[in-house]
Amino acid sequence: MLASVFIVMGSLILIVGVIVFNGAPSLSLQILTQTSEGGFYLGAGGGFLNAIVGSLLLALPATGLAFIIGIAIALYLQKDFLNPSIANFIRICLDILWGVPSVVYGVFCLTIMIAIGMTGGSVLFGIIALTLLEIPIITRSIDESIKMVPAGLKETAYSLGSTKVETAMKVVRRQAMPGIIAGVLLGFGRGIGDAASILLTVGDSNYFPTSLSDQTAALPTMILNLVSMPDQVVQNKAYAVAFVLLMIVLLISIITRYLTKKSSKHIIK
Amino acid sequence: MSPSTLNDLFKNKVVLGGIVSLLLSILSLFVLNNLVFFVVFLVIFIILLLFNFIKITRKLYDTLGSRLMLFVTASIIFLFFLLLIILIQGSLRILSEESLPSLLFSSTWKPFSGEFGLFAVIIDTLIVTAISMLIAVPISLLSAIYIAEYAPKKFKNIVRPFIDVLAGVPSVVFGLCALLVFVPIVRDDIAPFFGSNISSGFSLFTAALILAIMVFPIIISLCLESFNSIPIALKEASLSVGATKWETVKKVIFRASGPGILAAIFLGFGRAFGETIAVSMVIGNQELIPSSLFGPGQTLASLIASNYTEVSSIPILASALIFVALLLFIVVLIFNLLGYLVLRRASKRWKY
Repeated sequence: MLASVFIVMGSLILIVGVIVFNGAPSLSLQILTQTSEGGFYLGAGGGFLNAIVGSLLLALPATGLAFIIGIAIALYLQKDFLNPSIANFIRICLDILWGVPSVVYGVFCLTIMIAIGMTGGSVLFGIIALTLLEIPIITRSIDESIKMVPAGLKETAYSLGSTKVETAMKVVRRQAMPGIIAGVLLGFGRGIGDAASILLTVGDSNYFPTSLSDQTAALPTMILNLVSMPDQVVQNKAYAVAFVLLMIVLLISIITRYLTKKSSKHIIK
Repeated sequence: MSPSTLNDLFKNKVVLGGIVSLLLSILSLFVLNNLVFFVVFLVIFIILLLFNFIKITRKLYDTLGSRLMLFVTASIIFLFFLLLIILIQGSLRILSEESLPSLLFSSTWKPFSGEFGLFAVIIDTLIVTAISMLIAVPISLLSAIYIAEYAPKKFKNIVRPFIDVLAGVPSVVFGLCALLVFVPIVRDDIAPFFGSNISSGFSLFTAALILAIMVFPIIISLCLESFNSIPIALKEASLSVGATKWETVKKVIFRASGPGILAAIFLGFGRAFGETIAVSMVIGNQELIPSSLFGPGQTLASLIASNYTEVSSIPILASALIFVALLLFIVVLIFNLLGYLVLRRASKRWKY
């Protein structure tokens, strides 16, 4: 039993260690604050600020959209609004969507792109793919935390004469706040790190995207492109990119911890 | 909040929204020269203008709010079926040119000469997923039990957040590590140990190994959650009748959290089955029926990632890849439904 713990912890520490020890040395201020120059993948200079910005521009709107959709669905799945058996059916659908590999969402967007004659890729379809990917994650996490809201609390709100929507928006939302924050940041983490759906939909570019139909670079796809190059020096840049991605994920999880702790002060136990 | 202040509050927001959308529509017409945005914002403006003439009572607010939520909820169900329909429609073209059995049971995948047999890829997918689950399930179950029941509290407090963070690490990072660490290890040590000397390291086994590691945190954190939700009285009852700790674990904890463990395994399976990027980085990307575990292969998901670039030059390939995506979707669908039925039965039987 102890041996299996050692295997698990050892392999996971190994993963983090490899990225940190290979990525940190090749990181520099210059590589973080410049966009890639032409021929970046062939060993030219420049950094990957365009990929960082591209990733944020994809993941932030996607998370925003998925949050708005997710919280509406999660609040509506309460038995105050919807028959529990129908709600359970929707939950199964969402669980299936959660389990669907992200590459399927990529193919879905690619199909639409081919159908409307767009080639190469665009920010818009990247955002759509990520939104689709994040909706089930965010919705189900919020839903789980809304389930925990005590019925007595809602009944108190009803007995004071508030309507269903008022109860949902003011009482339930506030009580479920730690879960909502955790769910949204979980979705954001998945979105920013997901490569498969982005790979098929956004293409690549050395500049910042200026419109929704532009192609863009993103951190996960940049890692893939860098690794597929034969040059060792170029490959080393991949570790720097992976290090940045790992740091972002770590930062998200720290923020999640902090915000959940802070917001759980306001909930009624 | 009294109805009148609610109304005022809402009106203020409506007026603000109206002004903003009018400004945005003017901006998009004259600065961005974009007609679509202009129309969208103009429509928003007109809707908000209409709202200004309606008295927003709390009842109306309630009705509008719940209708809106109903609409969004209905649209997600619509999305579910849309996904299925678009994937089916996209794969109609390949299905009309090749029969379903020849797609599924022929093993030559040569897009350039128009042969799309998926048999080898399906076999590879099954092998990789099975091996990764064989490695991952026992190890992560045992470690979850150790962390939940045997480990000192201090250790638990360090390990749990660590596992949670790792469950969120992007797959491309795992893939990169596998490329740097596991490929050489498999090439130089593991493959020769099992007597296959010509392995390049890019193999089914490497892919299974990295998948197992990716699945560890998922299974462990879900199992921990279900172990922790077992009432302590249940454990105490077992210990008080003289059961040893291991007997308690085996006969009480595993049973009581059976449905949770099953759910964790199903989720882990789904992740391993559909993982694209990490697999395509280390599996070697060759559509062959494997002669050994240490030879190159291709899974359904990584097939899409390594072939999508040629979509524009071979139109029918797009349809073939959509068919592969459809297969992935259907397998996930079946497994989820199966998991749901098993869980429902299990939680009835293992009720405490």
